[in-house]
Amino acid sequence: MKQDRVTTGLGLATLLSLGVAIALGLSAPLDVNQGSLVRLFFVHVPSAWLSYLAYGGTGLFGLLYLLTRQRRWDRLALASAEIGVLFTVSTIVGGMLWAKPTWGAYWVWDARLTTTALSLVIYGGYLLIRSLIDDPDRRARVAAVVGLVGTLYVPINYMAVEWWRGVHQTQTLKLLGGIRFDAAPIYGWVLLVATLAFTLLYAYLLRVRGILAAREEAREERELMEDLKSMEALRG
Amino acid sequence: MKSALTVAAKDLRVAGRTRDTLLATAFFAGLVLLVLGLALGGDTAGRTPTQTAGLAAGAVWTALALAAAVGAGRAFAQEQEAGALEQLLLYPGPHGALYLGKLLGVLGPLAVVAAFTLPTGLLLFGAAGAGQGVPWGALFLVTGLGILGLGAGTTFYSAITVNLRAREALLPALAFPILVPVVIATVKATGLLLADGWSDEVTTWLVFLAGFDVGTVILATLLFGFAVEG
Repeated sequence: MKQDRVTTGLGLATLLSLGVAIALGLSAPLDVNQGSLVRLFFVHVPSAWLSYLAYGGTGLFGLLYLLTRQRRWDRLALASAEIGVLFTVSTIVGGMLWAKPTWGAYWVWDARLTTTALSLVIYGGYLLIRSLIDDPDRRARVAAVVGLVGTLYVPINYMAVEWWRGVHQTQTLKLLGGIRFDAAPIYGWVLLVATLAFTLLYAYLLRVRGILAAREEAREERELMEDLKSMEALRG
Repeated sequence: MKSALTVAAKDLRVAGRTRDTLLATAFFAGLVLLVLGLALGGDTAGRTPTQTAGLAAGAVWTALALAAAVGAGRAFAQEQEAGALEQLLLYPGPHGALYLGKLLGVLGPLAVVAAFTLPTGLLLFGAAGAGQGVPWGALFLVTGLGILGLGAGTTFYSAITVNLRAREALLPALAFPILVPVVIATVKATGLLLADGWSDEVTTWLVFLAGFDVGTVILATLLFGFAVEG
């Protein structure tokens, strides 16, 4: 098999940038109010960014599949959705761990939280429907439609929930957001590096998962052909 | 457009003659109201009028959202069971028209269910009939826009899930995350109307709801061909 230099290089770049982000994050000064808790943000914000990036990817690759009917777009859409769900879970769990000591509750019905939870359901449904269709072409087509619609409705959900909350709750959150950014510019830099590292991580994971999906598909087709051959041999 | 109306007329005629989907959906919506009434407590005296309005609006729209999923699920399932879905897709004319026809066919029974659920729900949860005036005209506008949004989303997904295993379980799982804006907007608008009558906030919610409806119908019409072909 041909050496895949791009994947290796991308992996190394990801590892390097994640290492830098970790070093920066651990060396950043503690927050006056939150103490060490502030470090959670260096994982939380980039993984939220990554999950939204991945959802955008699912929609985009789905659209590309519908337009071109090339299966590689479908494989990328699948990879993107899986990465998105994984990092949404990590975003929510990390956020809850931070929210309990800071806000005093694991969950509030804030627009961002609710939208994130809803997108988890949307892409969970996307993966669920993929697992229920056996014909690869039909699966790709239906999944592309579901993924595309899901991605388009994430911002609408955000808008609706934001209005639904009204002014009262958002105020506290704005205050918290303000503290975070006014506190020290160093946090902004760490976040920037971490976000960059997670973007690379997305590209790397997408590529690896895409290659995996392609190999799975090739294996399925090979097995099918072997079955056909053995059946023909039996028939003589 | 003509084929959309033909499909809708056929579906409405079927719904009018058999009435099984209509009755089942209406019965289901009534049961949801009953269960919600039991679950949330029937003690209306301890609540402020605003709380009562919010509770009644929430109960009515929960029942209607679930009823829409049940009703729209039947729209394509009945074709599938009769073995008619493939012929329907083979007829000349754009697939988008088939979606619009099915949507109209779903909206008819759903409107009947809503016309019964809304007053019943408001009565049961103490938001109507307790002496205060109820803005029925405005409520009907909200209901119309609301069931259009619910019907548009669930009809679209019912075309996708009709060929799958566990379609009845999948339809709400796929459709409801998309329909969250409809639920929020209708509950808010209904609650506000019941508590304080017409206000600018109600107008904002209704404009949002109308925009959502139009956007969803256009998007679903465009994507419907991709969803059902082959």
